[in-house]
Amino acid sequence: MTFRMDHPVIYALVAVTIVAVLAQSVFFLWRAMKRAKEIGMDRKKIRGTILSSLIFTIAPAVSIIICVITLSKSLGVALPWLRLSVVGSLSYETVAANNALSGMGLKLGEVTGLTGSQFVTVVFVMTISIMAGVLLTPIASKKIQGGLKKMETKDKRWSAIFSDALFMGMIAAFLGFVFCDFSGVFVGELAGLVPVLVMFSSAILMAGCGALMKVTGWKFLNDYALPISMVGGMLLAIPYTAWLG
Amino acid sequence: MKKTTSYLEQVHKDGKIWNYSMAAIFFLFPVLLCIIFRVLPNWGGLLQGLIATLPMYWAIGVIEVITYVPMLGAGGSYLSFVTGNISNLKLPCALSAMEKCDVKAGTEEGDIISTISIAVSSITTTVIVFLGVLLMIPLTPVLKNPVLDPAFAQMLPALFGALGVVFISKSWKIAVAPIALMLILFISIPALNEGTVGIMVPVSAVFTLIVSRIMYKKGLLDEKKSTPAPTEE
Repeated sequence: MTFRMDHPVIYALVAVTIVAVLAQSVFFLWRAMKRAKEIGMDRKKIRGTILSSLIFTIAPAVSIIICVITLSKSLGVALPWLRLSVVGSLSYETVAANNALSGMGLKLGEVTGLTGSQFVTVVFVMTISIMAGVLLTPIASKKIQGGLKKMETKDKRWSAIFSDALFMGMIAAFLGFVFCDFSGVFVGELAGLVPVLVMFSSAILMAGCGALMKVTGWKFLNDYALPISMVGGMLLAIPYTAWLG
Repeated sequence: MKKTTSYLEQVHKDGKIWNYSMAAIFFLFPVLLCIIFRVLPNWGGLLQGLIATLPMYWAIGVIEVITYVPMLGAGGSYLSFVTGNISNLKLPCALSAMEKCDVKAGTEEGDIISTISIAVSSITTTVIVFLGVLLMIPLTPVLKNPVLDPAFAQMLPALFGALGVVFISKSWKIAVAPIALMLILFISIPALNEGTVGIMVPVSAVFTLIVSRIMYKKGLLDEKKSTPAPTEE
């Protein structure tokens, strides 16, 4: 069979893989909902979680489509579709693909067609490189959770601080990232201010939603506050960029 | 208590089966391509690609598992590492859901909410990306429209601005030191950018844990002195 990046067989294999991952999501969803019912968790909370997670995901998912379009120039559509639908993320997959292509004297973004050999080389590098989390979670997660349980039994307050500290650590890293181009401002390049303004805008929108909920008692807003603030911040990026470059 | 153990035990058991099966399926994809199209990898390119990528990614993978499992819980972790896009989608989605439901990570309720939110997010992503691929030709001029470019380029600042205000207002004492450190690092080191922020998450998490431990030992995080703490189970 002659190889080409948009061969129907590749699409079929990608579709099968994605369906398998989808099956895992459906299975875990079913099990969690069944357990929630067994222990009598508030059904409204469950419904709210489903709705808010669904709405929250729309904007990032659309940005994933843009990443698929971007990578498709060099890698075809099927491979980015697979890697960005499951397992990967744009930053990881781009670096892995670029490293694999560099090893063959090619450059991501510049190359527009790959031979079968080049294509499978890229797929192998992407697959093997990003397998750590998939394989290590079954080995380590039970032990990690056991350690956390012990910690909670020993000192409940520290256990609560521990998880808050982990959350804050993650959020702090991303807030720091918002300022990664900020140093340009000191030499008159104002474009680095755009992400900062976007961050503050969405923070203000989120605080505004919280205040509105308190004043009006609109509890339904709780499910939409995060997507509203995020999309609001993203839309404000358009005039900010036009203004600051 | 017995029920809690049995549920989590079952999640771990299922998670193992699913994750190992998925790993096999993922690996089978390039192997089948080789067989079907009768091609072999470019061994030199493969070796060079793996040398450049594998050590860093596996090191990050180890740290991510240690960092994310306590935040996502068992079910959420098994699912997240298979479905991907963790730090930019699954983790914020799960954290936001747990915060809204007033449940803590590490509890059974937290595990359930985290799993539901990640599963829904994953299914939604798959469906939307599938539709995107299906409609790629008519969608490309819309999504790649220069007018919309800045909006999608600023997704992460918009997401973490909104998420940050919620968590900082709850634990501002814990937030000060890591935010200050990350601001200094990201402003002063040009190599730190969107591509490397994932590496900085564990660094920041470990730093926050150390500072929090010191503050806790000094009595600076006592419940009475602190701002309203997240809901205790």
